[in-house]
Amino acid sequence: MVVRLEKNAAGRLVPVEVNGRAAVPFAGVGKYRPDGRRAAPRIASCIDYPADGDKRAGSLREAFERVGLTDGMVVSTHHHLRNGDTVANAAFDTAAEMGLRDLMWFPSASFPVHANQIGHLDSGVIHHIEGSMNGPLGAYCSAGKMRGLGVLRSHGGRWQAIQDGEVHIDVAVIAAPAADVFGNANGLSGPAACGLLGFALADSIYAEKVIVVTDNLTPFPCLPWQIQGNNVDAMVEVSSIGDPSKIVSGTTRLTQSPDRRRIAELAARFCADAGIMRDGFSFQAGAGGTTLAFAIYLAELMRAHDVTARFARGGSTQHMVEMLDEGLIEYILDGQTFDLDGVRSMASDPRHQDTSPFTSYNFHGKGNFASMVDVAVLGATEVDLSFNGNVVTHSDGRLLHGIGGWQNCLTARCAMLLVPSFRDRIPVIVDEVTTLCGPGELIDVVVTERGIAVNPLRQDLLDAVAGSDLPIRPIEDLKAELDRLCGVPATPELSNDPVAIVKWVDGTVIDTVWRVD
Amino acid sequence: MGEPEIKPASAGPTGDRVRSDLSVAYEPGAGELAIERTSRVDYLYGEAIEAAVRRVADAFGATTGQLTVTDAGALEWVILARTESCLRRAGFDGPPVLPEPAPGSEAPRVRDRLRRSRLYIPGNQPKLMVSGGLYSADAVILDLEDSVPPAEKDAGRVLVRNALVALDWGASERMVRINQGAVGEEDLAAIAVHNPHTVLLPKVETSAQVGRAAEVLQHLAGEDAAFLMPILESPIGIHHAFEIAAADSSIVALTIGLEDLSAELAAPRTTGGWESFLGRQTTVYAARAAGIQPIASVFSDINDEEGLAAYVRRERGLGFDGVGCIHPRQIPVVHREMTPSAEEVERAVRIVRAAREAEERGLGAVAVGSKMVDPPVVRQAERTVELGVAGGVLDARWDDSEN
Repeated sequence: MVVRLEKNAAGRLVPVEVNGRAAVPFAGVGKYRPDGRRAAPRIASCIDYPADGDKRAGSLREAFERVGLTDGMVVSTHHHLRNGDTVANAAFDTAAEMGLRDLMWFPSASFPVHANQIGHLDSGVIHHIEGSMNGPLGAYCSAGKMRGLGVLRSHGGRWQAIQDGEVHIDVAVIAAPAADVFGNANGLSGPAACGLLGFALADSIYAEKVIVVTDNLTPFPCLPWQIQGNNVDAMVEVSSIGDPSKIVSGTTRLTQSPDRRRIAELAARFCADAGIMRDGFSFQAGAGGTTLAFAIYLAELMRAHDVTARFARGGSTQHMVEMLDEGLIEYILDGQTFDLDGVRSMASDPRHQDTSPFTSYNFHGKGNFASMVDVAVLGATEVDLSFNGNVVTHSDGRLLHGIGGWQNCLTARCAMLLVPSFRDRIPVIVDEVTTLCGPGELIDVVVTERGIAVNPLRQDLLDAVAGSDLPIRPIEDLKAELDRLCGVPATPELSNDPVAIVKWVDGTVIDTVWRVD
Repeated sequence: MGEPEIKPASAGPTGDRVRSDLSVAYEPGAGELAIERTSRVDYLYGEAIEAAVRRVADAFGATTGQLTVTDAGALEWVILARTESCLRRAGFDGPPVLPEPAPGSEAPRVRDRLRRSRLYIPGNQPKLMVSGGLYSADAVILDLEDSVPPAEKDAGRVLVRNALVALDWGASERMVRINQGAVGEEDLAAIAVHNPHTVLLPKVETSAQVGRAAEVLQHLAGEDAAFLMPILESPIGIHHAFEIAAADSSIVALTIGLEDLSAELAAPRTTGGWESFLGRQTTVYAARAAGIQPIASVFSDINDEEGLAAYVRRERGLGFDGVGCIHPRQIPVVHREMTPSAEEVERAVRIVRAAREAEERGLGAVAVGSKMVDPPVVRQAERTVELGVAGGVLDARWDDSEN
């Protein structure tokens, strides 16, 4: 496949055509403004649906036949069931049985359990994947075995692509922990309870056809209807949509890693010393080892300084729920629940609000919550001397992670990367990131176990922590220490063969992932 | 005597779970030395790994055979150490192959300093050493004794030696706990000239043991010889506490090891600690009598922060100046609990000021208000002031404002 490449505004070579469609190179943060009208599915008529509201099909295959799934179509799934999901695999196993070919899989994210799809990629049932590819799928794509280009989008970028018509979903398959025969669905109860279904919301609104799959059929009405049955074409009841033990964790434990705890503590102290942590502030929370520890240290400082947060955004955990119950935070605006306490709290506490990429991240929204958050703490695989961040590839260029909400969260008033300075000799602070995912102008602070680097563009933050005893150091200084400790790394040779692209939040192409042999 | 026999050997951990470490295996052979390497970081450091291995091979005259290196992201000082250990085990001999010294590796040792916390770091786990200097422990202990199994003692001391050279231990005092007896003397031979600030001597039972260690250190390092900190871990050691504490001028502190002591007492260690009360109090008395610091044992449940805090308060109350830590998260708790209250510090400042004033005026006796204060009280007040500054209760420039 010969692809024409162009240098984008960040100096990265990117293809100008992706899977048969023209692609716009990244033009700079806030520089690209698409116009036109939102995409939409064809109008439907209620007379084509059963008056008694019962849309059940006998099986996934029957549902696919009913909605007219054919070769080359785009099939979407969501990732609220995380590594416990069985529905995305079942969808393509069924498509394979039906003899379908060249489907595009458009997941909101994939997990190791989805290595099942490799067989379908090999056999031609799936043409290519536009969505995060980790583990075996990432290795498959990195090796150049996929027929089309992988397209990596942020959670907000996925909504943007659906809404502006860049991706038209033919059939959305929505796994639902609770649903009624009409298709109203939520994630709050049932054996596979996962809290909410926000990542499937765009699919339910914009897909041509929508199939809800549940293992917990409730009598109408299933309330609250996180997914509205009025958008749903068919219902399928199955014995199980996923393995509960892999959907949510029982308890989320604080990391024992001294380095991670130190990073988290330094980040929390930075928030306090810089004056970010003040009454009525807001923060983005997560369930990763370091980000969870951050929230715990932050809570300690909030107690000590008698500070209350107006809201916390992001994934909820037992710890977040405890902060809500204690009154340290007034609201949780939750994008995904990570443990059972999170699910219970969302189901019972009106201050624990489910959200979607539309409310939180979408570029085509008339604003979104991410940019209203005072501080977001995020991870990264690499960050460079210009504060550019990489979150998708390993330093040898192999695909490692999806973008998730990472790019979207960078618009927070203070975006902090909490990273070890190196991992098993592999430097995290580098001269230039292997893959550009987040422009340095949006990354304000890098916190490592060896010190905190503040982006020189944020003189206000530097001034705010001037009198603090935190180890604030220029990023070049941290890099020099790594060069001494790890040695100066060689620059790995990347191929000239694109296997995937990384989209910026506005739909432009910010970088290319190259084949790695 | 002929050439030593060269035989197959290996050093370093193996398996999929190894991180930041490597294994090196040597196979004798006739051909020119071949280095086979596999590494998770080959694309970044392949040549650097090869160069490090070859540097040691050259120094040890290993010119034939094969070295097989399986690396999982080890830093250069670890590669040097593992290769050296492998070649020594294979029967080669050569000079220590040292890594580039870190800034701070020449930091001078200080006799009188705070020793509130000392962080134990296993002497055979490089991954845990790399960040050991970041946690602001008053001291770090690279442990060659209990945390290194008998068959790994030789490799542990090479690794610890390189860690002393290559890593920046920050403001922490650089301590090494050696083994008992002849193994301990081999430990000293490996590390003595690489600026260990203080050497911990395990299970000391007689003053002669301390004398012997001091003599070996003196012989190896002359006036750069490290300070000593004997550990009392047996009833007989407790019985000889004062003689041990006063055995040599290089002793700066005396500590007690409760795990071994409890075993020998046939009295399991309890939270209340009555079984070791006499031993702990004896340690304090002996150390104070000898003019050195009494240091308490470790608290082993890293998840019990409240238990640790109570333990530190209790040991401080007995007169101990510090406790051992087995996880970095214990350090801030220890420092907090070793810090006197604002009221105590305020009182101590008054005493220290009065003492200075009395000295300036050439007065023999110190008075605070209407009370006379004896010299030991002044010394204790000075210590309280120092602890207050270290613990953040008192500004370091507290006496500037006076002038």
